[in-house]
Amino acid sequence: MVTSMTTPIVEVRDLNKSFVLHLIDGRTISPVQSMSFTVFPGQHFLIWGRSGVGKTSVLKCIYRTYISTSGSILYHSAHHGVIDMTTIPERVVLQLREQEIGYCSQFLKVLPRVSALDIMTEPLRRMGMDKEQAREQGSAWLTRLRIAPHLWQASPVTFSGGEQQRINLGRAFIGKPRLLLLDEPTASLDSGSKQIVLDLIHDAKAHGTTVVTVSHDIDTLSTLADQQLAL
Amino acid sequence: MTEQHTNIYNFGFIDEDSKREVRRQLLKAVALPGHQVPFASRDLPIGRGWGTGGLQITMAIIAASDTLKVIDQGDDESVNAVNLRRLLTRTTGVSTTVDTQAATIIQTRHRIPEEQMREDQILVLQVPMVDPLRWVEPNLERATVMHGEADYGRMWVYMYESVIKAGDIRIATQYPVIVAGRYMMDTTPIPRWDVLRLHNADHLSLFGAGREKRVYAVPPYTTVEPLEFEDFRFKTEYAEGQRCHRCGATNTFLTGHFVKSPGTDEPGHWVTSCSDASYCDKQMVAQGWTEAQE
Amino acid sequence: MTDVASWVLNVTGLTKRYGLGCPRCAESTGPDHGSSQCPFCQTVHACVNAGFTLYQGEVLGIVGESGSGKSTLMQLINLTINPTAGEIWYREPTQDSTAMNLVTMDGFTRRHFRNDRLGIVHQRPELGLNMRFSVGGNVAEKLLLANWRHIGRIRERITELMIQTELPPERIDDDPNTFSGGMLQRVQIAKALSSNPGLLLLDEVTSGLDLSVQARVLDLIRRIQWEQKMTMLLVSHDLGVIKQLARRTIVMKNGFIVESGLTDQILEDPQHPYTQLLVSSAL
Repeated sequence: MVTSMTTPIVEVRDLNKSFVLHLIDGRTISPVQSMSFTVFPGQHFLIWGRSGVGKTSVLKCIYRTYISTSGSILYHSAHHGVIDMTTIPERVVLQLREQEIGYCSQFLKVLPRVSALDIMTEPLRRMGMDKEQAREQGSAWLTRLRIAPHLWQASPVTFSGGEQQRINLGRAFIGKPRLLLLDEPTASLDSGSKQIVLDLIHDAKAHGTTVVTVSHDIDTLSTLADQQLAL
Repeated sequence: MTEQHTNIYNFGFIDEDSKREVRRQLLKAVALPGHQVPFASRDLPIGRGWGTGGLQITMAIIAASDTLKVIDQGDDESVNAVNLRRLLTRTTGVSTTVDTQAATIIQTRHRIPEEQMREDQILVLQVPMVDPLRWVEPNLERATVMHGEADYGRMWVYMYESVIKAGDIRIATQYPVIVAGRYMMDTTPIPRWDVLRLHNADHLSLFGAGREKRVYAVPPYTTVEPLEFEDFRFKTEYAEGQRCHRCGATNTFLTGHFVKSPGTDEPGHWVTSCSDASYCDKQMVAQGWTEAQE
Repeated sequence: MTDVASWVLNVTGLTKRYGLGCPRCAESTGPDHGSSQCPFCQTVHACVNAGFTLYQGEVLGIVGESGSGKSTLMQLINLTINPTAGEIWYREPTQDSTAMNLVTMDGFTRRHFRNDRLGIVHQRPELGLNMRFSVGGNVAEKLLLANWRHIGRIRERITELMIQTELPPERIDDDPNTFSGGMLQRVQIAKALSSNPGLLLLDEVTSGLDLSVQARVLDLIRRIQWEQKMTMLLVSHDLGVIKQLARRTIVMKNGFIVESGLTDQILEDPQHPYTQLLVSSAL
């Protein structure tokens, strides 16, 4: 672990993010101000704090859903070397999203006509896995996520909040990304389901995935955190 | 010839400048086989649509030394052919013939003579409709662009549709062809029988449309390929056992006539004979027939 | 660093102007002035200095209101109108292919390039189809122009395409006027795919269809994109459609590209005032 501790995987340096709201007289709000932190490979890095302190914004800046206003986010990529997520071309971002970086939003956003199984297997198929193999793995994951088999062909839009969130998480974990960004993974889950989340994070770490989580649920997640950052 | 060449009009009726303009467009047409070249169609003492395009070409290229043959539907003696021939001889004084072999310029409507033409002969065709794309694109400007870009997809769809709807290609006349592998050309109302006879022909074919103000050409030894499919071929008119009732020819384009003797009660019947009347006569002379016999 | 070998379309400085232009055009047109027409010389700047790169297998969305120039941009790329300035470079997504500038091509080459390498689906089916011909005849047009000359084989291919686009193959000889709007869009898609194009252009394909039909057409497009790794340019005024299909998006207003970026970024962190208005209006 010594060598990996010396080479970080994500370095956030003096990050600022502000939104200029042109529709409200150009008012500016700045949820992220001069933030710096370093994440090392294989770690579970937990960012916690009240709602509205810019936790999600940091995560979205790393994923490039948000354009950072200033500062840098250095990512040590497996294929592209050390790159700054705030400035690299969109094309590289898309490649990284397919191959290295996973993101799990707070709510499941899917088309209401796609079955749960297809949603689970989509990341695998995108990586080039053949249909049968992907279905096999997808089924195993759905079992693990405690989704009853009679629901597999139905769209998750009809599922309960907890089931939806489990599918959402499963989808993020199934492709075994190198860096996984989790936004409030335990929100809207009961204690049993929270345990599934902890198991997922634990297993992901075991095969080398770095996990960055933002949450207000420090009670559940702090036990598994290698490093914590309070906002 | 009984009628003398008069000096009231210029040689060949139209003036030299106009003739030169027609010839210039004809040169362009020969250089771009199958491509329609616009020309300034002059007023003639014949109504537009009665062969004025072909007539202007003949007037522009004819010389005193030429021997002229004019036919209409294969017949030298039809009213239209006689009138056009008379206009040309009165204004040029050239000698005329009905013999395909003896002619240097043959002006025709709807037929190519049955006898094989030679390199030193010119065939002038009178054309009513010039653009095969008219069937699929009525807008002339757009059709011109389509020709320019060889955008014949829609015309091929038309052929496809004809096979799908009728079980076979159902174009009787004005069969579209591709000339020299490039331009799509209308073959004028010549029968399908004659279409393949344009392919790699020894003679020069010049097409003129007076009303549409276009000329086009098929130079000698130029490919002329009818539109067809590998599984639905172009077919010429031919009936098994067809035969001319006069000369007995089985390898010519035939037309049908209804024969009934006047003043009798017999019901009458259909007969077929060669559409090319002078060729038919020639065959019969060879068989020992004299005009007095008919 | 990036995989530069796999671009398919590279557009630079593409401009289409209707009119001669005047020295005051630049200062009086564009998104900041809310008009693409110059008030002094009446010149319409339909598309100004557009530039983007499209990669193999990618779907690029173009979003904007009516008159923003998105359809002009599409027509320029479909080579149906000539640009006033700019270049459109296309290359086959194979390793050793050379790029060609579509703008400088002669008409003949361009026509055959368009037939072979581009596929387009229009908003109104009658623009892309000839309603006098049968459904099969319409799908066959590109094949026939590409010198397919065997009716049997052509019909086999049409049947294959109709099954692929979820059309009933037994209706191959039917009149397109008997087809519903959604089916006609499928016929257009089948025709566009018939030549295995390198680039598929979709111009407001689902506008005017009711929601359930719209969903099925979008599913079909997604499936084609997925299975054939088809490169697509998708013009729509509907952010929902863009969101479902495109991973990168260009936002146009008054002839200008005002913003471009990842679709999730455009939707969640729009930078330009117009994009913010567009997003806030849609959601």
